[in-house]
Amino acid sequence: MSNALFEYLCRMGDNTLVLGHRISEWCGVAPVLEEDIALANTALDLIGQTQLWLGLAGEVEDKGRDADRLAFHRDVWDFRNLLLVEQPNGDFGRTMMRQFLFDGWHLAQLRGLMGSSNDQVAAIAEKSVKEVTYHLERATDTVIGLGDGTEESHKRMQAALDRLYPFVGEMFIADAVDEEMVSADIAPDPASLRPGYDAMLDAVLAEATLQKPADDFAHKGGKSGARHTEHLGHMLTQMQWLQRAYPDATW
Amino acid sequence: MSSPESSPYSDTDAAPHGKARATEWPLWEIFIRGQHGLSHRHVGSLHAADAEGAIKNARDVYTRRNEGVSIWAVPASAIAASSPEEKGALYEPANDKVYRHPTFFDIPDEVGAM
Repeated sequence: MSNALFEYLCRMGDNTLVLGHRISEWCGVAPVLEEDIALANTALDLIGQTQLWLGLAGEVEDKGRDADRLAFHRDVWDFRNLLLVEQPNGDFGRTMMRQFLFDGWHLAQLRGLMGSSNDQVAAIAEKSVKEVTYHLERATDTVIGLGDGTEESHKRMQAALDRLYPFVGEMFIADAVDEEMVSADIAPDPASLRPGYDAMLDAVLAEATLQKPADDFAHKGGKSGARHTEHLGHMLTQMQWLQRAYPDATW
Repeated sequence: MSSPESSPYSDTDAAPHGKARATEWPLWEIFIRGQHGLSHRHVGSLHAADAEGAIKNARDVYTRRNEGVSIWAVPASAIAASSPEEKGALYEPANDKVYRHPTFFDIPDEVGAM
């Protein structure tokens, strides 16, 4: 039980850690100053949530690892994030499409977790849900604005959706860890979040004049750790560089 | 937030700055009412595509540290500004008329903040 809970908490924390790091890569180079600040704010929100999820994961594991240890001293095969969040930023449109696709799931997931039988999980979800509500609002506006924008922005947003949509399915496919969480009333059944997500997606994409890909093929292997894409390892060499070069350095 | 090429007040007579760049979002002036403030105060300006975007950007640029409870965004082009050259004519005549300055009144405590 505690092993499955540890896995599950790592999934939540690694999602926010990896996506938080990804969007922090925009800091200082986003297309406009206001978007730069907003993305950095989102990154900070996600890293803050990471500290809570991975902190709790370390407590549950009870082997003396704290959030920093888990974030900076695990290698790529120990990460449990969704494949979607480790995908490279691409252009600004693709970054915001990835954000939108993730935020839609993230918000539904956190709302489910607010009713968790585990008080600490429910408390973290409740704190995070306000931040993520805003993330989704902002990403939705951008997806609609760029999708229903110029010919160029529309083309880029459609390309981003086509590229990222195969990573959406993984969020809703349950495995043994999910099933254990569901049976202990700790977390919602991933599949139960899909209808609401699809309805939200369809409404936003219609407003954004974007076409949802017909093929429902889903890449898997991120949250189980079985098969990350090549991009995560490269990202970790940047993110973990300092701890790899100077193990246990502090400041 | 504004750049010299942008044209915040181009619709007013007061201060011509030339046209905004075609790729640039319009400029908005942001007013925020603080936790205990009575009125909205001007905090700065930013660029945004529309009013909704201006509010969201203001939230990210100006209210991260719990500064406000209410945001107003006003298109900078809608603001009529007085001209610095007219400063003398507009304000100096009041300088030597101290009897107009509201400094001779004791404000009762019950009035509170004014």
